[in-house]
Amino acid sequence: MDVINYIIKRILQMIPVFIIVTIVIFFMIRMIPGDPAAVMLGSKASPEAIASMREKMGLNQPMWTQFLIFLKDLFHFDLGTSVKYNQSVSSLVASRFLVTAALTAVSTVFSVIISFILGYVGGMKKDKWQDQIIRFASLFGLSAPTFWIGLLLLTVFAVNLHLFPVSGWGDTPLDHIRGLILPGITQALGVSAVMIRNLRNNVIEIKGSDYVEFAKSKGLKNSVISSRHILRNALIPTTTLLALKIAYMLGGSVVIESVFSLPGLGALLVNSINARDYAVVQGVVLTFVIMVMVINLLTDIIYSILDPRVKLS
Amino acid sequence: MKKIIHFIQDNKLFVLGIAIVLFFLLLAAFPGIFTNYDPDAINARDMLQGPSAVHWFGTDNYGRDLYTRVVYATRIDLYIGIGAMIIPFILGTALGLISGYYGGKLDSMIMRIVDIFMAFPYMVLAIAIVAITKAGINALFISMWLVGWKEYTRLVRSETIVVKQQEYVEAAKVLGYGDFRIIIRNVLPNVLSSSIVYGASDIVMCMLSGAAMSYLGLGVQAPMSEWGAIISEGKTYLSQAWWITLFPGLFLMIAGLGFSLIGDGLSDLLRAKRR
Repeated sequence: MDVINYIIKRILQMIPVFIIVTIVIFFMIRMIPGDPAAVMLGSKASPEAIASMREKMGLNQPMWTQFLIFLKDLFHFDLGTSVKYNQSVSSLVASRFLVTAALTAVSTVFSVIISFILGYVGGMKKDKWQDQIIRFASLFGLSAPTFWIGLLLLTVFAVNLHLFPVSGWGDTPLDHIRGLILPGITQALGVSAVMIRNLRNNVIEIKGSDYVEFAKSKGLKNSVISSRHILRNALIPTTTLLALKIAYMLGGSVVIESVFSLPGLGALLVNSINARDYAVVQGVVLTFVIMVMVINLLTDIIYSILDPRVKLS
Repeated sequence: MKKIIHFIQDNKLFVLGIAIVLFFLLLAAFPGIFTNYDPDAINARDMLQGPSAVHWFGTDNYGRDLYTRVVYATRIDLYIGIGAMIIPFILGTALGLISGYYGGKLDSMIMRIVDIFMAFPYMVLAIAIVAITKAGINALFISMWLVGWKEYTRLVRSETIVVKQQEYVEAAKVLGYGDFRIIIRNVLPNVLSSSIVYGASDIVMCMLSGAAMSYLGLGVQAPMSEWGAIISEGKTYLSQAWWITLFPGLFLMIAGLGFSLIGDGLSDLLRAKRR
């Protein structure tokens, strides 16, 4: 019951932040210099065409009327129409959403595999050669640019070894998965460095704690102590960090999608900014914000279930 | 002298980090002494040549010496890394102090602003801000300043709340010292260290995201040479001239490694001091 109350409370707290963020996005987009109608139609457009475009886009109304219309449309999931693609923004976002969500999911899976294994091994084998290698490698992971790692992986595994497609997303689900492996590993490498360090330090700390000593003196098997006492407790803070990193990877998809030519939201954002397609920019930024908020909410809920010490208040 | 040798032996990685950063500062300050070429000299005859004794890192599609371009780019990349970090460091720390020290309405107002900025993914907010202004180095700085301050505020706020309850702060209040004096003299020295440690790793983040923005064409513009922008130029020739992509990335990674090692070393030293 406590958990449900907590969830409801968290959702209620999110509402004012969401409203303010919406206002910020609306006015931010309208601060872009120049007449959007003129920029969109290009330099050869006639004044009449620009005027009718302004009328169509509702730019002749006062700002606050525009904002009310924007809110009313938003309530109906209507984010406007893209000028470049001549398609409604919501359908455009919906079609691109899957790519970014899948990319983030695959990246998360790889991050979990890499960092949970290496972080645990590093912590259990503290200062042995395994730990030294893992620490050294993660130092490099911390400071290597992801787009650069992506390009290198692309050159070696796609261009030279032909193991993966050089670019794009393919047509079948199997193509999709194949196309997401390299981008997923690329994102995961950057994120894992921080998580490996975090988990390693947690494992070391818990290994030296009183209750692990107590479990040992009780004569419990080492395998039971490792899995039930050490790993489980060490993973709690790392899971919270993972959630932060998932939100970070959502943003990172902007860069990764550009490197691997994936047709996701990030690529759509960059293209729309270059094309001055403001309705799309607004819709995509709003979608990203909603995704981050949902992830943050889920983290808090999972955290409160994993760690009963967190007071649900 | 013995002390210095002892310190180096105890903090090998920290000293290595300082050496790396000093080396890059030297590259940034005097690029001319490291190379005999002009970074912008176009030479059509030497287009896309691989690494050799004449051109250590090969040449690009204009026949420009890549080693020279990468060396000259050091200045702009360090400028971005440090310049993008310093303003949020000051501003974020100040807001964290105010928020944590005064608490109440001011605190909740500042924290709600933090919440709003936290709702945007890092790159998405930075890109949206660049869209409002005009792509270029100024827009890059503004976007990274707006994105970067909140982590300092959160960090410093939580430390300030702890320090505020210490006896010496209470004592200073009883003695009738003003809030400003207490914040600067008693609170700031105790919370600054964690802010500095975070700042060292933040420089790496700033350099990496500045390079990423330039890679996307939203940061430093041609013909200025910047590591991310050079990698972006090399992307087109990836299958025939891998060196254009490889070397600037290596420089970026090693420079980042230097700052990361300094950050780690500082946090180890502080932990040892606290014990």
